[in-house]
Amino acid sequence: MNGRTNASSVTYVGMPTFPEAAEASTRDARLRRNLRHATHTIRDKRAGAVAELPDWAALREAGAHIKDRTLRHLDHYLEQLEQSVTDAGGIVHWAADAQEANDIVTRLVRETGEREVVKVKSMATQEIGLNEALERAGIAAYETDLAELIVQLGDDRPSHILVPAIHRNRGEIQEIFQDRMGRWGRAAPEGLSDDPAELAEAARLHLREKFLRAKVGISGANFMVAESGTLVVVESEGNGRMCLTLPETLISVVGIEKVVPTWRDLEVFLQLLPRSSTAERMNPYTSTWTGTTDGDGPSAFHLVLLDNGRTDTLADQVGRQTLRCIRCSACLNVCPVYERAGGHAYGSPYPGPIGAILTPQLDSLETGLDASLPYASSLCGACYEVCPVAIDIPEVLVHLRERVVQGGTATVRGQRTTVQPAKGHAAERAAMRAATWAFDHPGALRAGERLASRARRLVPRRLPGPGSAWTDTRDVPRVPPESFRDWWRRTRGGATGTGPDQRERGTGRGARSGGTVPREQSGRTGADGRHSGGGPDGGGRRPGGRAGGSRTEGGGDEQPEQP
Amino acid sequence: MRVALFVTCINDALYPRTGQAVVTLLERLGVEVDFPQEQSCCGQPQFNTGYRHATEPLVHRCAAAFEGYDHIVVPSGSCAAMVRENYPRIGAKAAAEGRGQALARAAERLVPRTWELTEFLVDVLGVTDVGAYYPHTVTYHPTCHGLRMLGLGERPRKLLEQVEGLELRELGGAEECCGFGGTFAVKNAAVSSAMGADKVRHIEKTGASSVCTVDNSCLMHIGGTLSRAGSRVRPVHLAEILASTREAPL
Amino acid sequence: MSSPSSRETVLGRVRRALADVPRTERPEDVPVPRDYLRVHGDRDPRETARLLAENLADYRARVHHCVPSALPETIARLLARQGSRSVVVPAGLPDSWLPAGVERVHDSAELPSHALDAVGSVVTGCAVAVAETGTLVLDASRDQGRRRITLVPDHHLCVVRVPEQVVGSVPQALERLDPARPQTWISGPSATSDIELNRVEGVHGPRTLDVILVSEEGFLL
Repeated sequence: MNGRTNASSVTYVGMPTFPEAAEASTRDARLRRNLRHATHTIRDKRAGAVAELPDWAALREAGAHIKDRTLRHLDHYLEQLEQSVTDAGGIVHWAADAQEANDIVTRLVRETGEREVVKVKSMATQEIGLNEALERAGIAAYETDLAELIVQLGDDRPSHILVPAIHRNRGEIQEIFQDRMGRWGRAAPEGLSDDPAELAEAARLHLREKFLRAKVGISGANFMVAESGTLVVVESEGNGRMCLTLPETLISVVGIEKVVPTWRDLEVFLQLLPRSSTAERMNPYTSTWTGTTDGDGPSAFHLVLLDNGRTDTLADQVGRQTLRCIRCSACLNVCPVYERAGGHAYGSPYPGPIGAILTPQLDSLETGLDASLPYASSLCGACYEVCPVAIDIPEVLVHLRERVVQGGTATVRGQRTTVQPAKGHAAERAAMRAATWAFDHPGALRAGERLASRARRLVPRRLPGPGSAWTDTRDVPRVPPESFRDWWRRTRGGATGTGPDQRERGTGRGARSGGTVPREQSGRTGADGRHSGGGPDGGGRRPGGRAGGSRTEGGGDEQPEQP
Repeated sequence: MRVALFVTCINDALYPRTGQAVVTLLERLGVEVDFPQEQSCCGQPQFNTGYRHATEPLVHRCAAAFEGYDHIVVPSGSCAAMVRENYPRIGAKAAAEGRGQALARAAERLVPRTWELTEFLVDVLGVTDVGAYYPHTVTYHPTCHGLRMLGLGERPRKLLEQVEGLELRELGGAEECCGFGGTFAVKNAAVSSAMGADKVRHIEKTGASSVCTVDNSCLMHIGGTLSRAGSRVRPVHLAEILASTREAPL
Repeated sequence: MSSPSSRETVLGRVRRALADVPRTERPEDVPVPRDYLRVHGDRDPRETARLLAENLADYRARVHHCVPSALPETIARLLARQGSRSVVVPAGLPDSWLPAGVERVHDSAELPSHALDAVGSVVTGCAVAVAETGTLVLDASRDQGRRRITLVPDHHLCVVRVPEQVVGSVPQALERLDPARPQTWISGPSATSDIELNRVEGVHGPRTLDVILVSEEGFLL
């Protein structure tokens, strides 16, 4: 199930759009419970870990700027990195896309003569579908992170960047271990309970035999230091250390945006990442290695530098900041949409707010799912607030929405391309344009408001057709008998509201057309004048003294009827 | 001091009482308020849905309508944030697309003069006690754009705390989005409704008789959800509480 | 090796993507504000060592103190408590530290991983320890040995010389370390939170981490 055959997209094949997938997942009560518990736990812990550092804002600022410096001069740093890794005994490979990266890794594994590899959890290799590519070449890839193991044994997909099996509770995990471990190697112990410690022990025993015999390890990396050629993997369980040090050959597949200029720069990221990610002062294990070391660890080291849509993202000056991401997953844990829809609805290895901007950019917005992802947000901004490298995710979301409905120019697989607006937005586009027209013609707007007011008794609280998207769960507000605009004119007359200059001259509405306001306004105002002060309430009636019922109760937003 | 009310389209059409409350309140505080009738929508629905070009005439209209006023007061956190945060972006992008500096200049003219209501009261007028009377239990939901884009912070609470007779009840999960999000509410109705249901559960748990925000758009979603659930909690804009007095209670 | 064309393809795309960056701009022209703190709080060496002990313990390392002369008996006690009859020993570890009667397995490139799996404990020194985060850094120096020896055995006993090996913060630790050496940063025993975000200690690395802070008489913690 976790396979992907569409090599040109980072989304899984056959995925529905986000709203369709989320419609189903929000109804899954168990999933909602698992996610709510997990995200709230980690969210609160993170807040505590961050509050310990009084200079968090300065670290965040530094992190964002280090990444910006790197991205603005990425060619320089990649060449520097290539040189220093090579000098340290590593071999550097370049992959323009997923297919090429998979081919390189497959060839490298074949050259060792091995038929199996152990893997450290890596977003980049999930993105390119490496496990499936290896499987097609007859090579077994064993995931060794506990959560990835749960996902792999369960023939499932990851739903979180840090905790891929966040959608599973202990009972489900116990079932998966009991049913599936034996098919992949050492079976789960008899009478395995759902106690997390026992489940972790079962994984330890199951994987240890694989670690001890593996000749090839495959990893990603959290950081690559250009000046020294050092790679860094940050982890908790020790499976990373196993894969990085026991095998004879190590292959690391790393996105080109993971480079940082200097060793010293790690002083920022090794403070930002653990606290944002696992909410710890420091994660249990961090491994750094520079090329190969005689007699310690792998004797062959290959670094595969992966583009796969990153340079297209880099070319977009608003979208570029997405490449600062250090995959901490703090944005997932605070996202109210992620919490309810779950990670699978995002349809790629990158769920949550970061996935909603990264996936469509890596994919050049080519699928229907890609085009729906930028809309998978209420733009509440919680993600931006916690992002340790200050990616303004809402800004990028809106920017990508523009690409969806307006089109424009974008870089697709290295080529500057004119993008057509996505299909299926014609009605919305017409509505938006009509709205702008109405809002730009207040006379027409006012007429519309009056029409609505007159028909207000006819508006049901549940609407048919497209309106039901609102009224399936929410009542519509009552249309008031009088708009604010009309109330102002009725009570204040036409003598004010004409701009300070005119008012100063005391010329009233007649002078209005001379200002900066579009000319067509002036013709219509006269017709409304009959309301001005025309009724018993005319002039000076204050709203404060009015009894108002609740908007949502029987009376709705009652305003006094017009005289 | 020349103060203009930017009532916003949703208040104009659906919640005129909020605009009326702002007028009452500011006049009570000795501020002369004007309502430039050429004003219209800030363009947020279009902009946030991706129709940036369709927003541009509204930026021009807004700048023209409020030309010459010292302050522009907006009883909506998200509309104020639209002007302050997104108008400069619209201007910059238009310039980058080779369409001149006119929009950028329009944005520049508006940004420093635009205030969300509580900012205007606390920062410009320097008041937190506005002489209001509202003898009810109230819980306050800080709406996202006011909270995170404008950084309203404690301003709304400070104002509420000074209201005579008002008992403020803490809202659990207060800073979590209510699920409105403009067109998000219909494009992703299932998630939006789930968020709304959770928000309403928290509101009910406070036992307050009113829930208050600085945004009627969010309140429309919260109120619609409350109403459908048959709740007796009354959704009310902060301006209406602040306008309420012993003599003329809400 | 990948074809030279892929390298040129990717680098060419990067350069075209950065067309907006002025040609004259150098990397160092992009400002990086570094007004974060070098260390959090003002502590003397004793207070820093105390913070280290506190944070190690907070992440479930077992922390012990002794003077240099008491080191062998402390190590002997901890090995006995663990029930270890064999110990992996890095080449540069002072032999006098270890009690008699414990089988020494010498770290070497030829030692098979399976053999390492059968050993009860490993005793090492460290390169530096970070107080604020409760972190021990090993850099494969002679008293620490190859990376895998502190990974496969189930019990790691690490000796930290106090105060000389202790720094306050992550920035201070990086200053002391040479990136060319392979490093392992250790903060508490192996752990996972993958099951309902419950922390469970001991997945693949050592399940027990004993840290001995060794200081001269008079440097009382």
